[in-house]
Amino acid sequence: MSLAEGVAGLLLISGSVLLVVAGVGIVRFPHFYTRLHAAGVIDTLAAGLFLAGIGVLFGATLGTVKLLMIFVFLLFTSPTACHALARSAWLAGLREPAATIENAEDSKSAGEPR
Amino acid sequence: MKHTISLGLLLCLLWWILSGFAKPLLFSLGAISVVFTLWLAHRMDVIDHESHPIHLSWRLVAYWGRLVREIVVSNLQVLGVILSPRSNKIEPHFLEVRIHQPSALGKVILANSITLTPGTVSVDLDDDRLLVHALTRETGQAVREGQLDAMVPGDVEEVAA
Repeated sequence: MSLAEGVAGLLLISGSVLLVVAGVGIVRFPHFYTRLHAAGVIDTLAAGLFLAGIGVLFGATLGTVKLLMIFVFLLFTSPTACHALARSAWLAGLREPAATIENAEDSKSAGEPR
Repeated sequence: MKHTISLGLLLCLLWWILSGFAKPLLFSLGAISVVFTLWLAHRMDVIDHESHPIHLSWRLVAYWGRLVREIVVSNLQVLGVILSPRSNKIEPHFLEVRIHQPSALGKVILANSITLTPGTVSVDLDDDRLLVHALTRETGQAVREGQLDAMVPGDVEEVAA
């Protein structure tokens, strides 16, 4: 096994471990919004590790450039999808936990849900 | 006009990266596709500073570099929360912060970055008030202090079309 294969294997395995942990998080967390946070781990770090692992296997080829483009694409699309979910839940009236909104300016809870 | 040229170059590069071919026939087919795409984009009137912001490309690349570091840090925080045996470690709460981005594009970049870092999700944006859902006090801290807000390149602003 060459060095590149070892590094790639390490990256892929740690990516897989992160996927499993994030899955555990989605099951363990109690509410809709908190589960979104667990899914965010999959979008960013796990996907990044996978792409990096495959990139190491490819070496300096066009394939690696394509993988980099996939990563940039993910940087734009996954938060958009995540935000679409959160916003539609908010507009549908889902308030979890209790609807106190903390106002960062005076760091006291500033009352009413809009 | 410079947006059209820049888009054309970008399309050529993209075609070549995705295909990897260098035969004359395929090359000319690629050139035809690029010209056709440019014509379509021109007809749809979507070539402007918003669809193709060349004026800020390089500063954004630097910003992404710092963003990746933030993402890794908050990923580790969220993973720690997931693996913690105590279930009272999560403290989900909504946060409303004032953001200081003058342009619409800056707001989008900031809100998207906040969603991209695990542990915080942008829920609603109303003028300069951003509503964020945070998983714990810890993950919400960066948003509360406006760290990302300060990181977005200051000159991300709309160029008069």
